[in-house]
Amino acid sequence: MNYALELDRISCEFLSNSNQYEIYTAVGDTTLNVSQGEFVSVVGPTGCGKSTLLNVAAGLLKPSKGQVRVFGQPLNGLNTRAGYMFQAESLLPWRTALQNVMLGLEYHDISQKSAHELAMDWLTRVGLNRFANHYIHQLSGGMRKRVSLAQTLVLDPDIILMDEPLSALDIQTRQLMENEILDIWSKQKKAVLFITHDLDEAIAMSDRVVVLSAGPATHPIGDFVIDLQRPRNVAEIRHDPSYIHLHEQIWTVLRDEVLKGYRQQLSPTGETVP
Amino acid sequence: MSEHRNKQTSLVPTRKNMLRVWQLLLGLAFIALWSLVAQNEQWAFFLGQPQAVLIRVIEWFVPVTFAPNEWISTGLHGTGEIYVHLGVTLLETVLAFLIGTSLGLGAGLWLALSPMTSELLNPYIKGLNSMPRVILAPIFCLWFGLGIWSKVALAVTLVFFVVFFNVYQGVKEVNPVILANAKMLGANSSKLLKTVYLPSATSWVFSSLHSSVGLAFVGAVVGEYLGSARGVGYLILQAEGTFDVNTVFAGIVVLTICALILDAVVGKVEKRLMRWQQPSSTNNSL
Repeated sequence: MNYALELDRISCEFLSNSNQYEIYTAVGDTTLNVSQGEFVSVVGPTGCGKSTLLNVAAGLLKPSKGQVRVFGQPLNGLNTRAGYMFQAESLLPWRTALQNVMLGLEYHDISQKSAHELAMDWLTRVGLNRFANHYIHQLSGGMRKRVSLAQTLVLDPDIILMDEPLSALDIQTRQLMENEILDIWSKQKKAVLFITHDLDEAIAMSDRVVVLSAGPATHPIGDFVIDLQRPRNVAEIRHDPSYIHLHEQIWTVLRDEVLKGYRQQLSPTGETVP
Repeated sequence: MSEHRNKQTSLVPTRKNMLRVWQLLLGLAFIALWSLVAQNEQWAFFLGQPQAVLIRVIEWFVPVTFAPNEWISTGLHGTGEIYVHLGVTLLETVLAFLIGTSLGLGAGLWLALSPMTSELLNPYIKGLNSMPRVILAPIFCLWFGLGIWSKVALAVTLVFFVVFFNVYQGVKEVNPVILANAKMLGANSSKLLKTVYLPSATSWVFSSLHSSVGLAFVGAVVGEYLGSARGVGYLILQAEGTFDVNTVFAGIVVLTICALILDAVVGKVEKRLMRWQQPSSTNNSL
């Protein structure tokens, strides 16, 4: 099988915040593969290490154990074939929307003229051509996410990593953006690794949903193929009987982990309360 | 009808207009009180006289001479000499501001991006910053002579640290998500400096611009006051030597007005260059 991204028995260990001599294992022995053109979502309780896993895939974080392979090649340093859409605000406030989209193209020494054309093209695709010369503070939360999306996709990455990119948006804007992301993805089938805490979003968008256990040493405990037909409308598909069936199936696995994660947050030592 | 309404709204005393009126009245009341107290000759020796201060300012700016008349009992001996002195002081201020800001920006960037150097130099920077740097003036006089450069050097030491600490802190606190994003988009370290660190540091320079221009001015005047042959500080020093308190106050008035103008210019420049920043709420007057 031809994988775009392979996380092979990854473990991530950190020095504990509370005790300098204690080692905290955020991710424990996780194997996760994404095929070319596959949309994979990862769900898990809050604080279980989903973002850590994505940072490993991006090459921003070196795993303590295990190997990352990108199109079969072991990853060293940054993953240059991946685009990363962050959860938090990542745009440069002193640049306009257009200049932000051009940023990556400038880094790759593409001439000003063609960078301008490409960036404008992508701004049009995300519906922001009229806002090209607006500064970031002049844009709404949803528009900023669109700029981020254009900024990531204008470089035409083979792998797209998304870390709860839409979690800060209101529900209507969010469903709109979900449909737009699916629409763009369906035209250029890239490998997508999508992190979310929202099971509805995960099922509605993905080909496959991977459920992570609560931390420490988080690892996959469920892998579900979502065989709903495409193209999908994320707002409507939620009433589909097979969607509801899948949701029940995954939720039974996820529920216990969410409760476990919640109890851990309440207990000060970070240990699991039985 | 609508015209009538428009007129009415403009004539209605708004809260802001009323505030301006009260501010003006307060200033006039202060001058009236000053003028009243200055009727007493002994008091006038120490406090000066507002009329005499005004006449001195006019003499400095307008080279017109006429004999005493019923309006001005002392007559007017306009020299127009202030322009040279003011020019020197402003030149020193601008030079000190430019040199101090560029040095502060460079050093701030360098130390923020090189933690080893920063840790090595840390105690010395703290020491230099806590030192009362005005005391360096005699040394600068020794090194650079009585011309403008000793004043520029003094003012630079004042400006440098304000800008330096602002830039250092600003670069240290660049949003890590923005950095990670730029790296993922393919930035190498020189492009990272150009597109992320430098603009971010510049915005911190601008936030310290008002205080650094003010300090450049202070440095220039204090330097002149401690030893010079030109400049507004020199004029004040001369007047003090002859107990001419009116001239001292005239110098203070001129300096204050200059400082206000400089501040307004900085405000304009800032507004132009910081267009990308979210305008903060402006109704927090005092």
